[in-house]
Amino acid sequence: MGDDFDRRRADDLVSPAGDRAAGPASETLDEPGPGPAGREQSGAGRSHPQAPVASGAPAAGRGTDEPRTVRPPISLTAPTRRRVQEALIGGTLFLGSAVSVLTTIGIIGVLLVEASSFFAEVSPWEFLTGTRWAPLFVPQSFGVLPLLAGSLLVAAGAAIVALPIGLASAIYLSEYAAPRVRAIIKPALEVLAGIPTVVYGFFALTFVTPLLQGIWPQTQIFNALSASLVVGIMIIPLVASLSEDAMNAVPGTLREGAYALGATKLEVSVRTVLPAALSGIVASFILAISRAIGETMIVAIAAGATPNLTLNPLESVQTMTAYIVQVSMGEVSFGTVEYQTIFAVGLTLFAITLLMNIVSIFVLRRFREVYE
Amino acid sequence: MTAPEVGNGRFQPRRRMRNVLGQLFRALFLLATCVGLAVLLVLLVDVLRTGAAHVSWDFVTAYPSRFAERAGIWAALIGSLWILGFTALFSFPLGIATAIWLEEYAPRGWLTRTIQTNIANLAAVPSIVYGILGLAVFVRWLEMGRSVLAGSLTLTLLILPVMIIAGQEAIRAVPNSIRLASYALGATRWQTVSRQVLPMAMPGILTGTILALSRAVGETAPLIIIGALAFVPFVPNGPLDSFTVLPIQIFNWVSRPQPEFHDIAAAAILVLLGVLLTFNLIAILLRNRYTQRS
Repeated sequence: MGDDFDRRRADDLVSPAGDRAAGPASETLDEPGPGPAGREQSGAGRSHPQAPVASGAPAAGRGTDEPRTVRPPISLTAPTRRRVQEALIGGTLFLGSAVSVLTTIGIIGVLLVEASSFFAEVSPWEFLTGTRWAPLFVPQSFGVLPLLAGSLLVAAGAAIVALPIGLASAIYLSEYAAPRVRAIIKPALEVLAGIPTVVYGFFALTFVTPLLQGIWPQTQIFNALSASLVVGIMIIPLVASLSEDAMNAVPGTLREGAYALGATKLEVSVRTVLPAALSGIVASFILAISRAIGETMIVAIAAGATPNLTLNPLESVQTMTAYIVQVSMGEVSFGTVEYQTIFAVGLTLFAITLLMNIVSIFVLRRFREVYE
Repeated sequence: MTAPEVGNGRFQPRRRMRNVLGQLFRALFLLATCVGLAVLLVLLVDVLRTGAAHVSWDFVTAYPSRFAERAGIWAALIGSLWILGFTALFSFPLGIATAIWLEEYAPRGWLTRTIQTNIANLAAVPSIVYGILGLAVFVRWLEMGRSVLAGSLTLTLLILPVMIIAGQEAIRAVPNSIRLASYALGATRWQTVSRQVLPMAMPGILTGTILALSRAVGETAPLIIIGALAFVPFVPNGPLDSFTVLPIQIFNWVSRPQPEFHDIAAAAILVLLGVLLTFNLIAILLRNRYTQRS
């Protein structure tokens, strides 16, 4: 027994497996010259898989003749083909990433340059405080407030629909739903999020508006209410999924602690989990409203094309986005003030949504409860 | 006075009321969850009821017309496929390269952080703003005109952030032990990425890509801004031809007052939803095949 055991260990020491593991390492320790060459050999092994095994000889044999026939030793400081290749690949990949930075620069640059030639003709004060928007009529008038009010009216209506429903869905999915129910409801909500907005626009105009006219006969064909209800439906999945993520991130020990104090499921959900996830929930609200302000097709189809400074949701309004679409559909010649209004309104829209996105990121970072 | 005293002795558990309240809200939460799903159902039924009777082979292969009963979607459908093809061609390599760079190559520092924040911000920029960018840069400055090329480049910029974020998540999900093992065998970084990490991350990357592309297919506003035409009685023959796409055709028909055009708009919506559904099925099949092989 003892003999067998010893021989086995001895075999292991000289077996090829032992060679592969110990050989190159000991070489590099002994003499610097063949060391890197040994590394090179392992690279060459790819094309000649037999080479290291076939040699089968003790480590010393490999160090003497093989490297000279395969390749010259690698210098660790001078660039090799492999290193140049690696650097090139890294550089190419970085160029890809640069596209996203260029996009941002492009958006800001284009909006600023074109809007500045607009503001050379129309004073920013008139633009920001004027209450009449009529750039396509004579006399022209460039007060952006009616468009801004239209956008905000639609977004407010959408928020009234989407925030409570989205949050309630998130609470249900995160705290109440059985895994099997979740597995059905979540993909269905994703389908809701994947439907093109032009389809929602069709739905608002041909289904929701007649419904509203049945309730309030004075409802105009194009009205803010129909558009904002449907925009609200569209952003429910966004609120639900982001809020649910935030609530899922709350550790279970918090819930268990609340249950141990005798809280009911509702109290655990609303008084413990909800406050703990508040930063994520608020961030999802802000993002959803920003999405509602930037939404285009639903409002272009269902809300109309009449700049209207009103709070009555049954009237036709025009949002900033719907105005940009209206101008693009018509034949407005390049370089005119009418053409430049696209960029001035676009800049306003971009500034508002960017501000909201930044605020949501700030809320997420600043007010996040961190758990171990 | 047998009950234990808590605090000032006026503690009342009110169990019955709290339980009733709990049940009530449970029902309320469930109801709210069902609102979204119910609307989805109503929407699909409404479109099917209005449009199903008008979908026919003639409708699919006919060109647009002033008369609703003769109008069709052939030009829009082929235009959508052209846009889809070119957008995929541009966005896939760019998205994958950026995702790889950010996850595997980028040094940890302010530059990477800035790029990452920038991508998150770009994902939340309204799509119509990308249309304005495309109009100024591709259509006017680079003089591509209102072409397929300008349209697909605009949509590429639009869906890139979504693709990058999906790709990063897929790459991040590859366990680090795989990378370490590869490096230990003497592989370079690129060999590690291209032979180990990417094949494992591919199912996730493909799913993200296809979801992003289906967003591009349904996108309307940016293409209207760059000036895709509403009435195109021909199919594009090259990347520099003008074009229309299904969503714009639908928008055009919905905007008309006559109810007949609303009917064929519903029919076109059915075709569009059919295309999107096919797309998602392909995504699922592709993912399954990849998962089996690796």
